[in-house]
Amino acid sequence: MNDITKLTIAESLVGLKNKQFSATDLTKAYLQAMENNRSLNAYVLETPEEALKQAGEADKHYASGTNRALEGIPLGIKDLFCTKDIRTTACSHILDNFVPQYESTVTANLFNDGAVCLGKLNLDEFAMGSSTETSFFGATINPWQRERNLVPGGSSGGSSAAVAANICAAATGTDTGGSIRQPSAFCGVTGIKPTYGRCSRYGVIAFASSLDQPGPIAKDVRDCAILLKSMAGYDAKDSTSINKEVPDFAAVLGQSVKGLKVGVPAEYRPEGLNAEISGYWDKGIEILRQAGAEIVNISLPHTKYALPTYYIIAPAEVSSNLARYDGVRYGLRVDGNSLDEMYINTRSAGFGKEVKRRIMIGTYVLSAGYYDAYYRKAQKIRRLIRNDFLEAFKLCDVILTPTTPTAAFPIGDKSMQENPINMWLNDVFTVSVNLAGLPGMSLPIGLSKDGLPLGLQLIGRAFDEETIFKTAAVLEKEAKFERLK
Amino acid sequence: MILEGKTGKWEIICGLEIHCQIISKSKIFSTASAKFGADANQSVSFVDAGMPGMLPTLNEECVRQAVKTGLGLRAVINKYSEFSRKNYFYADLPQGYQITQFVHPIVGEGVVTIDLDDGSTKDIRIERLHIEQDAAKSIHDMSPTKSFIDLNRCGVGLMEIVTKPDFRSPEEAGAFLKKLRSIVRYLGTCDGNMNEGSMRCDASISIRPVGEEGLRPRAEIKNVNSVKFAMQAIEFEAKRQLEVYESGSQIEQETRQFDAATGTTKFMRKKEFANDYRYFPEPDLPPLVLSDEYIEEIRRNLPELPDAKKARFMETMGLTKYDATIICENKEVADFFEKAAKGHDGKKVANWLMGDFFAMLNRKNLTIENSPISAENLGKLVELIETNVISGKVAKDVFEIMAETGDNPEKIVEERGLKQVTDTAAIEAIVDMVIANNPDNVAAYRNGKVNLRGWFVGQVLKESKGKANPQIVNELLNKKL
Repeated sequence: MNDITKLTIAESLVGLKNKQFSATDLTKAYLQAMENNRSLNAYVLETPEEALKQAGEADKHYASGTNRALEGIPLGIKDLFCTKDIRTTACSHILDNFVPQYESTVTANLFNDGAVCLGKLNLDEFAMGSSTETSFFGATINPWQRERNLVPGGSSGGSSAAVAANICAAATGTDTGGSIRQPSAFCGVTGIKPTYGRCSRYGVIAFASSLDQPGPIAKDVRDCAILLKSMAGYDAKDSTSINKEVPDFAAVLGQSVKGLKVGVPAEYRPEGLNAEISGYWDKGIEILRQAGAEIVNISLPHTKYALPTYYIIAPAEVSSNLARYDGVRYGLRVDGNSLDEMYINTRSAGFGKEVKRRIMIGTYVLSAGYYDAYYRKAQKIRRLIRNDFLEAFKLCDVILTPTTPTAAFPIGDKSMQENPINMWLNDVFTVSVNLAGLPGMSLPIGLSKDGLPLGLQLIGRAFDEETIFKTAAVLEKEAKFERLK
Repeated sequence: MILEGKTGKWEIICGLEIHCQIISKSKIFSTASAKFGADANQSVSFVDAGMPGMLPTLNEECVRQAVKTGLGLRAVINKYSEFSRKNYFYADLPQGYQITQFVHPIVGEGVVTIDLDDGSTKDIRIERLHIEQDAAKSIHDMSPTKSFIDLNRCGVGLMEIVTKPDFRSPEEAGAFLKKLRSIVRYLGTCDGNMNEGSMRCDASISIRPVGEEGLRPRAEIKNVNSVKFAMQAIEFEAKRQLEVYESGSQIEQETRQFDAATGTTKFMRKKEFANDYRYFPEPDLPPLVLSDEYIEEIRRNLPELPDAKKARFMETMGLTKYDATIICENKEVADFFEKAAKGHDGKKVANWLMGDFFAMLNRKNLTIENSPISAENLGKLVELIETNVISGKVAKDVFEIMAETGDNPEKIVEERGLKQVTDTAAIEAIVDMVIANNPDNVAAYRNGKVNLRGWFVGQVLKESKGKANPQIVNELLNKKL
C-alpha cells in the first residue's frame, strides 16, 4: 500500500499495531492530502498542530502498549461539534471566531479513545440544507467528478466529501432529517444516524433538539461500527440521552441474515421514482433474498406527511434554539441604537437566507392562533409516523429503502435555488426516521449511468443498530462498490 | 372591602402571582451555585450563559422543594408534568427563552387559610404552582450609554404560585402573602425575603358592582414587592378603576407598574402589545414523572406547618388564638417559644416573648436568631417568677441584665442578691420601720385615706430594694395598719 490515506480505520489500526507506519506518519499523510484537496473546500479549519500533537501522544501509547480503540486515527469533525479551544462556527457568520471553552461529549469520547483531530468540516449553516451551499464558507465540492462541481449533499457535506476524498479516515456527522445519510449517499460513503438518545447531543450546536442525532460517516460499514461504539453512550449532561449498554457493533459483521425479515415499504416507490434508484433498490432486495433473508412487503401509510411534518417541527425548534445568537455574549455583534436594533442588525447580518427562512416559519407555526393548526397537528402526525414503524416492525426486522430520490446535483442548481421545496425533497426518504427516532444507515450500492454513487438506506428498530450493521455488511459485500482511490 | 361609589357599592376581585426563589445548592437546570451574593458573573455555567450546544439538566432538589411547597399548600401534586419554553428576546435572558411549565405544572389546585385581623379565617384557593428558571439581572445605572448583565441569578430555580381571584380586599392579599411567606419558610423551600427579591408578587385586579356575576377586564400590576406595597397597589388600583367606571369610561385589560414612591400604579402596556411567547414543549427535557413513593416520602418528612403548630399551641400550651397566630407566623419565633416554654407556663412565656423580648430585639435591631437571651434562659426567668424566687418587678431588671450580658437569670439573681425576701420576720421589720417613720400617713390612712395603701406597699418594696414578696407585704400591712 503506497498511500495510507486510502486505508479504512480497521486497516489503519492493523498497520499501526504492526508498526508498519506510525500515527505521526498517518496524520502527516492525511494533512498532506488535505493540502492537496483544498479546492474541495471540505475543511473550514485545519488543525495540523493539534493533530500532530495528538498523533505524537498516540505513538507513545503504541510504544507503551496502552493504545486505545481509535489510537492515532485521524478524524475530521463536523463544525457543529464544539471543540475546546478550537474555533467552532456551525458555518454561520453569526458565530464568527467563536472558540468554545468546552468539548462536546461525542468528540471527547473519540479523543479519549485516541482519535486525532485533523480539523473542522464544512456544513450547511447550522446544518440547515442538503447541499452545504448554505455554509458561510461556501459550498463543498463533491469529490466524484470534481470537474462537474456537484454538491456533496448536506448538511454533513464536508464530512462525506472528506471521507470520500480520503482526506480524513472518517468524520463525525449529525443528522436531523437526513444530514448524515443523504451526503453519504451522494459521496459513495457509509453513514449511520443512530437511535435518538444513543449519542449525546451535549456540545453539538442545536438545530432541532428533538430530531438531532450525531453519528459517524466512514469509508465502510465496519468503520462506522468501530466509530459508533466510541461515540455512543449515556451522558448525564444530555437529558434525552438514554442509559443503554452500547454493544460491540462490529461483532455482528459477517453474521448471516438467514431468516431475517426485510421490510420493503410500498410508499417509498412513488410513481415517477428515478428508474436507476428503483433498480438499485431491487438489486439490494435481491442480494438479501439470495443471502437467505425473507422479503416482506410493508406499508408506512403516513410517509407522505413526513416532509411537511418535519418542516413544521424542525423550524419551530430552530426558531427557539437560534434565539441565543443575539450578539450579546459571543459571536457577531452589529451595533444599533437600541437593544432591539442591535438584535435586528446582528441577526440580519449573521444568519443566511435558509436559516432566516426556517426561523420565520418556526416563529409562525408557534405563534398564537396558529399553534394548534400547525405545531400541535404536526406533533400528532409525528406520533402516527412513529406508530407506522412500530406496526411495520411487527412484520419485519429491518427496512430497506433508497436513501435519496436522485444522485448528486450541481452546485447552484436552478430548480432548487428558485424553490426551496425542491431542495427539501432530498430528505423525502430520510426524515421519517428522525421523526420516529429510529436508527438509519446509508451505504453505497452502485453508480448511476453517468458514474455517480447511489445509496440504499437501512432502518432498524430503536436501539437495534446491530441488525442494521449485520444487514449492511451483507449488502456491502455483494454490492462491491468501489470507493474513490 | 366594599368601595362606596357614586353609582353604588363595588367589590374588589383580586388574584396574586408570586415568584418564590427556590432554596437549593445549585441552579434548576445547571450545576452553577444558586447562592445569593457572589460577585457579578461568578456563579455562571455555560448552560446559564446560553452557550452553543449547551443543554439543561433538571436539578432534582428543585423538584423536591416544589413538591414540598405543593404539599404545604395542601395542593394536588401532578405525577406527570412537562417543561415548556417561553420565547422572548431580552438581554437578561441568554437562551432567548425561559424554561418553565405551561400546560402541565408540577402542582395543581390547593388551598391556603389566611388569618384576618378580626380573628376570622378565609380559604384562598391556589390555582397552580410551577417551576421555572429565573432571568439574569440587568444593571442600567453603571453607565449612561450601556447596560450590564449579571448572570448569577440566571437559572436560579423559581416556583410561580398562582392564586384564584379570591381576594376581596387589600387586607386579605396582605394576610395571604404573610401566610405564604410563613409556609415556605417553615418548609425551607424559599427564604421569603420580598425586599431582596427572593419572593416577588404581581397582582391582577378588577372591580364589579356588588351582585354582578362574571369578571370585568383586569389590570395586572407588576412589581408589588412587599406586603405593604401589594396592599397599597390593590387599594389604589381598585379606586382608580372605580373612578374610570364612574366617569363613564371602560377598563381594558392592561399591564401596570406599581410605583412604590407614590403608592400609585402606572400604565405599561395594553394586552394587544403583550409578547406572543410561542410556548412549546421543551425538547431538551423529557416529561417529569413522579412516583407515589417519591411524593409520600416527602409528605412523611414535612415539618409541622404554621396552622398545625398554632392549633397545638392553643390546645396544649394555653395560648390564645391571637398569641398563637403571632408566634407561629415565624418558624424561628415558634421554635424559640416552644423551647422557652418547655416545662413552664406557656401563656406567661408568650407574654414575656411578645412584650419585653420583642421590644428588646426591636430596640437592639436584632433578629431572634441573634438574640442575646436564649430560649432556655427566658424560660428560666419565667420559672424564677413562678416559683417566687424573684418578683415580677425584679424580673424586669434581670431581663435587662440578661439582654446586656446574655447571662443565665439564676446566676444574675444569685450574684446580685436579687432573690425575693419571703422571710416574714425580715419583711415585718421593714413594715414596722415604715410605719414608725411615717406617723402622719398612718394617721391619714386610718382616718379613711385608703388610697395611701399603695404608697405603703411601694415604700416597703423600696426599702427592700424590690426583693420583698409583695403578697407578704400586703398581708403584714393588713395586719399592722
